Amino acid sequence: MSIDMAQFHQVFFEESFEGLDIMETGLLNLDMGDVDAEDINTIFRAAHSIKGGSGTFGFTAVSDFTHVMETLLDEMRDGRRQVTQPAVDVLLGSVDCLREMLTAIQDEQEIDVPSVTEYKKALEIELNGNQVNEASPENNSVAPPGEPVLELGSEKESEGGWRIAFSPHTNLLKTGNDPVRMFRELASLGELAVTVDFQGVPDFYDLDPEECHLSWNLDIAGDIPISEINDIFDWVEDDCDLAIQPLDERSQNDNGIAPIEESSVKENANQQSSEPKTKTEVVNKPVKPAASKKQPAKPAAKGSSSIRVDTSKIDTLINMVGELVITQSMLGLVGENFELNKLDQLKNGLSQLERHTRELQESVMNIRMLPISFVFSRFPRLVHDLSTKLDKKIELVMVGEHTEVDKTVVELLSDPLVHLVRNSLDHGIEMPADRVAAGKPETGTITLEAYHRGGNIVIEVRDDGKGLNKDMLRAKAIEKGLIDEDSILTDKQTYELIFMAGFSTAEKLTDVSGRGVGMDVVRRNIQSLGGNIEIISELGKGSTIAIHLPLTLAIMDGQSIAVGDERFIVPLGAIIESINVNETMVNRVAGKGETFRLRNEYLPIVRMHEIFDVKTVQATKLTEGLVVVVDGQGMRCGLFIDDLLGQQQVVIKSLEANYRKVEGVSGATILGDGSVALILDIPGLVRLSNQ
Amino acid sequence: MATEALVDQKVEQFLTFELAGEAYGIEILKVQEIRGWEPVREIPNTPDYIKGALNLRGEIVPIVDLRERFGMEKMEYSPVTVVIVLCVEGSQGSNVVGIVADGVSDVLDITIAEIKDSPKLGSKIDTRYMRGMHVGKNHMVMLLDTDKLLDSEEFEGIAG
Repeated sequence: MSIDMAQFHQVFFEESFEGLDIMETGLLNLDMGDVDAEDINTIFRAAHSIKGGSGTFGFTAVSDFTHVMETLLDEMRDGRRQVTQPAVDVLLGSVDCLREMLTAIQDEQEIDVPSVTEYKKALEIELNGNQVNEASPENNSVAPPGEPVLELGSEKESEGGWRIAFSPHTNLLKTGNDPVRMFRELASLGELAVTVDFQGVPDFYDLDPEECHLSWNLDIAGDIPISEINDIFDWVEDDCDLAIQPLDERSQNDNGIAPIEESSVKENANQQSSEPKTKTEVVNKPVKPAASKKQPAKPAAKGSSSIRVDTSKIDTLINMVGELVITQSMLGLVGENFELNKLDQLKNGLSQLERHTRELQESVMNIRMLPISFVFSRFPRLVHDLSTKLDKKIELVMVGEHTEVDKTVVELLSDPLVHLVRNSLDHGIEMPADRVAAGKPETGTITLEAYHRGGNIVIEVRDDGKGLNKDMLRAKAIEKGLIDEDSILTDKQTYELIFMAGFSTAEKLTDVSGRGVGMDVVRRNIQSLGGNIEIISELGKGSTIAIHLPLTLAIMDGQSIAVGDERFIVPLGAIIESINVNETMVNRVAGKGETFRLRNEYLPIVRMHEIFDVKTVQATKLTEGLVVVVDGQGMRCGLFIDDLLGQQQVVIKSLEANYRKVEGVSGATILGDGSVALILDIPGLVRLSNQ
Repeated sequence: MATEALVDQKVEQFLTFELAGEAYGIEILKVQEIRGWEPVREIPNTPDYIKGALNLRGEIVPIVDLRERFGMEKMEYSPVTVVIVLCVEGSQGSNVVGIVADGVSDVLDITIAEIKDSPKLGSKIDTRYMRGMHVGKNHMVMLLDTDKLLDSEEFEGIAG
């Protein structure tokens, strides 16, 4: 074949990793007592796709390994083998091993052969054990203890050759496969004798020349491994009935190779018959090789920079563009010979244009949105592994997995979340005995919940463990010299101690958590995304850690404000209200720091023109301007400005790209008149005013 | 020997501009475009010589007044005041920066051999940003090393 296979590698890796995720989820969801055959099927299919793909691309190490897994799964599927916890654990281990192998291949590194061999051995022992203990009817006859696995693996070579019964489905030709070419390839392996069975061919008048009604019996002589024959039929096995049997008499009835092959192929044919023809895919579905047609993969693109998008989203987008084009041509017509009486038409057109642009922008943003389940899906495994390791009983509840978040956010969110869940598991949830003693159910619960609130997404990690002990936190912080002994902290401030670098409450270090490097990194990551993190905790009842993040990082709603000649943008989400302040509301602390009373709260006033040194300011007396009450990470203050100008959507541009970070400013944007306006960073501004 | 001579004979083009009557030169390959002065948005809490930020086709570009950067007397901006937009290689990748100059004068072909080391002027004047000097028949041009002059880290150091 002259096609450069490398161009499909990226797609193969993406699909395989997806397949591995499916297998992992499936394995974790298996209920030992009552196994759903469909679950096993799903796992089997994923394994099968990986095997097929890796075989096609010549990653034999992967396909051989997957083959052993597949054999095990196949027996489970047929009910010839009980699904046991040890077996599932071995399979989970193999999934990890496969993932490592694939990563190694992707990074063009050596596969770690010893560890692969180890996993393979574990799999084989599992397979073996079955044969000894609860031998299945077909397999127990002659298998000597040493070699049965090899035979099941069907790598055995038949010395006399093979008899292949090949009866394609009628649509074989339509899928672009040509039997003649396959036979030619077979013939290159050994001496081939073909008998054709044309009983299925209908009358001449009923004959559709694009359908295949023939079936063949192929006898191929020679010393050929069955895998080579399977390779040839790899592409068509979903579109045909295929039976491969050894030609020589001796091996014909001594083990179950052919029946297994056949049954698996047949079942595959049933389950997957429609899939190779699928042209569109939906996010989250197990994916077939057909995907390579749709996604022209960039060769050598390391890491996943592509994105799978629901077709319905693209359709919406195309509709939107259509509308936009119509509006544009309408406006063009109005503009061609404009007269004043067409003013209304123009205004209508412009407002339509505005609406369409906004909708278009929303749907483009939507494409970047991924369900948060992309992050959540890894947690069942994590919790499963860790709880086994720590001897704790934990149930993981996930709510709102379908909440959608920007791709960048999803990617950057996963590490902090892993940290938080591990912390809850390790520090939060108590040992089963302690839980019972505290009058709580033995099994602890960790809840991961995602939901939208305003322009933000909130992700909560909740546990019903022992909660945070304020006194202990305080003592620890004093001991570590993070706070002074006589400092007075609110509850909130006390909880936030755990975000300080070098703070860890774990009595002893475990390899799960407790090195005290985690939480400050978590907070920094979240803040770098423009979000914040808060803790609610009750001693003995559990803790909740809530992460608030902006939905998207590129566009936001802003309020533009005037300070002298300068224009600034305040993120709309940060504004609570805007008020006129009169002298009676204002208090001065030591003649300098100004505060004003808003209902029952005293808020500091930040004079924008002073803090940013604006010389053209108009309003210097508080009564002349406006005070905008803003909230930045729980800290409220009043910004004293000249005037409010208007609300608009602003595209966030980086100031750092060509310059550097400026305190109190989170970025810049371009206003309608082409001039630049700076976007205020409210928490930074509060910090700045405290200096 | 031969290769060295070849390097020395290599011709580089320099854009010269004027600042308070003195001629300065910058490598022409660093120049992205030359624009007339237009009002920019001030960036708060930055040194005075950072005049502000400009929207250059969707990119936010900081504008540096070289007179102020070199501690020269300020001058009112006039219609002939120009902004030279440069692409400089900083320590954190390439940045786009605009510099304000009194006016653009000429493009000079200078062979490497003609570039003289910048004079040692003692501690009074910082010659770190000088690449060298070129002495012509009736003028002298100071060649600036823009990468060093406008490195973002340099911004940071000065501002901090």
